[in-house]
Amino acid sequence: MVQATLSSNWVRMTTRVLTMSLLAFAIFGPITNMLLWAVAEVWYFPYKLPLEYGFSFWERVFRPEGNATEALFSSIWIALLTVVVSLAIAIPAGYALARGKMPFRYLIMLLFLLPQAFPAVAVHMNVARIFYGLDLTGTVMGVVLVHASQGLVFAVWIATAAFAAVDGELEAAARNMGAGRWRTFIDVTLPLALPGIMASAIFVFLISMDEFTGTYFVGAPDVVTLPMLLFTSSMEGNYQIASISSLILLVPSVGFMLFIERFLKADVLAKVGS
Amino acid sequence: MVGVGIEIEKLCVGYDKNRVLHDIDLEINSSEFVALLGSSGCGKTTLLKSLSGFIKPMSGQIRVNGSDVAQLPPEQRNMAMVFQSYALWPHMTVRQNVGYGLKLRGMSKEQINCKVDELLVLLGLADFGDRKVPNLSGGQRQRVALGRALAVDSPILLLDEPLSNLDARIRLSMRHEIRSLQQRMGLTAVHVTHDREEAMVMADRIVILNAGHIAQVGTPLEVYEQPKSNFVATFMGAENEIALNVERANGTLSISEQEAVKAASLSVSNEIGDGGVNWQATAAGSVRGRFRSSAAHLLADGTVPEGHLALAGRVTQLSYPGGVFRYEIESAGQLYMIDDPCRYAVGDAVTICVPAGGLHLYSEAA
Repeated sequence: MVQATLSSNWVRMTTRVLTMSLLAFAIFGPITNMLLWAVAEVWYFPYKLPLEYGFSFWERVFRPEGNATEALFSSIWIALLTVVVSLAIAIPAGYALARGKMPFRYLIMLLFLLPQAFPAVAVHMNVARIFYGLDLTGTVMGVVLVHASQGLVFAVWIATAAFAAVDGELEAAARNMGAGRWRTFIDVTLPLALPGIMASAIFVFLISMDEFTGTYFVGAPDVVTLPMLLFTSSMEGNYQIASISSLILLVPSVGFMLFIERFLKADVLAKVGS
Repeated sequence: MVGVGIEIEKLCVGYDKNRVLHDIDLEINSSEFVALLGSSGCGKTTLLKSLSGFIKPMSGQIRVNGSDVAQLPPEQRNMAMVFQSYALWPHMTVRQNVGYGLKLRGMSKEQINCKVDELLVLLGLADFGDRKVPNLSGGQRQRVALGRALAVDSPILLLDEPLSNLDARIRLSMRHEIRSLQQRMGLTAVHVTHDREEAMVMADRIVILNAGHIAQVGTPLEVYEQPKSNFVATFMGAENEIALNVERANGTLSISEQEAVKAASLSVSNEIGDGGVNWQATAAGSVRGRFRSSAAHLLADGTVPEGHLALAGRVTQLSYPGGVFRYEIESAGQLYMIDDPCRYAVGDAVTICVPAGGLHLYSEAA
């Protein structure tokens, strides 16, 4: 009996350790590979590890005339504009969806999901065609609009949750003190919803930083973002440049995780999409 | 700052097809403390929200100082409200919460600071000015909420069950604090509560609401001693009910003998405190009587004093809530709760003795 419990404990322990290790490998394996490539100077088959280490590729990426720096800055610029465009729609839409007694509320929220619902390539090819007629292909604005169309569903859903989590009685108290609707929104509603709005802004920023298909169809070859550079350099077998670009793309994602963990309360997260 | 009067006329309020308030007529005098009392769902909070402007009435008028405000948005009504949840802004300090209304009114920083300091001292919050709201206890929050409402010098103070989230002990002291502040400042106050005792000790007048109608308006003494209807009597604690057969001749009632009830002759009350029966029935015959457990007492033998209603019964249960024993007495198939300081055991035969002044009579149907 004791023997049996011991052995079953042992089996449970082993499976747990194995699962954990597999999971860790699945998560950290590719990242380790990427880290190695980022600092490898010379590495070819059949060697398991790089032959020479160094930072010369980093220098190349961050060289002022290097196209990586340019791609990084255009990525950040596009991402910031995408955030502005998305929030300009998400804040009023989120407030209206959270507070107003709107008919077809769910339908409207699902509407923002539509760009995600169809195959990305098909959607973006047609977007590119329409944008061509509007002289938007190859422009930063065109890329921003494509990115915003993808980020909007999250921006609106998260903003709606953030506004819904603000107790209506807090707004009522401001009105009672003599504040009009607009003043109440600025003084009470917006500051209280701000963590959620910030989260949606960061989320949209991340989506824009990572976006590839839409940028490719609408922006190429005039607008080059980091993911596009990453794509071309891996196609050319230039794994160092690709790895360094990926590492740069990793920074905002990690920052977002930390932000969510630190500032976003469970009551906001629970209301996302409802 | 002196309060102003409020006149409510034919006020109807509802959501969609659902009527909550029906033709409410109520006059609140300047500097008067009025309690809206009723059980949940009676419409008391809806009435307060209509006053404060958060619900637009379907019809009717709310006149403040003679002008109708029923259709104005809340920010233009100049009525300061204390919310049940306190509704303090968590992203602001105590000082900012209290000073917000003043900031909206365009006062200078010095003026605001001066006024806020004065209020914080008044409310015993002087050391908490720079705390954020989440770091305050329930009692402190309630004071901040009160301070915020008092800061704007509005002549009308609306209180939406402000004490219901507090500990029993703090609640008792806050009752008196709010009442004395209201009297000192001469504010007109409307207080919503479901707590009978709270309404009794705080208010000048009590408005008892039932299913969207006003059941009775009166001073605490009036609604307690002379409840006008069976509902008000029950709500004001006269839980014991008895069916009686009475004859009325001039100022006296004669109760005919039936089952456990002894025949008696009682005087009818002309004014509060004269020891007579509160006669609200429309006609003699079979009526419904009500009395409080504290108004009656028990007798071990059958020698009933003059001017008392007596019914024979048996003790079926007892408890000790403090001060007196509370007995459940069974009499002719009915159960009554009676308070009495003397000790009886379960099964003892006793006589319930109700003085005429403790008895309220209503028509059967009402």
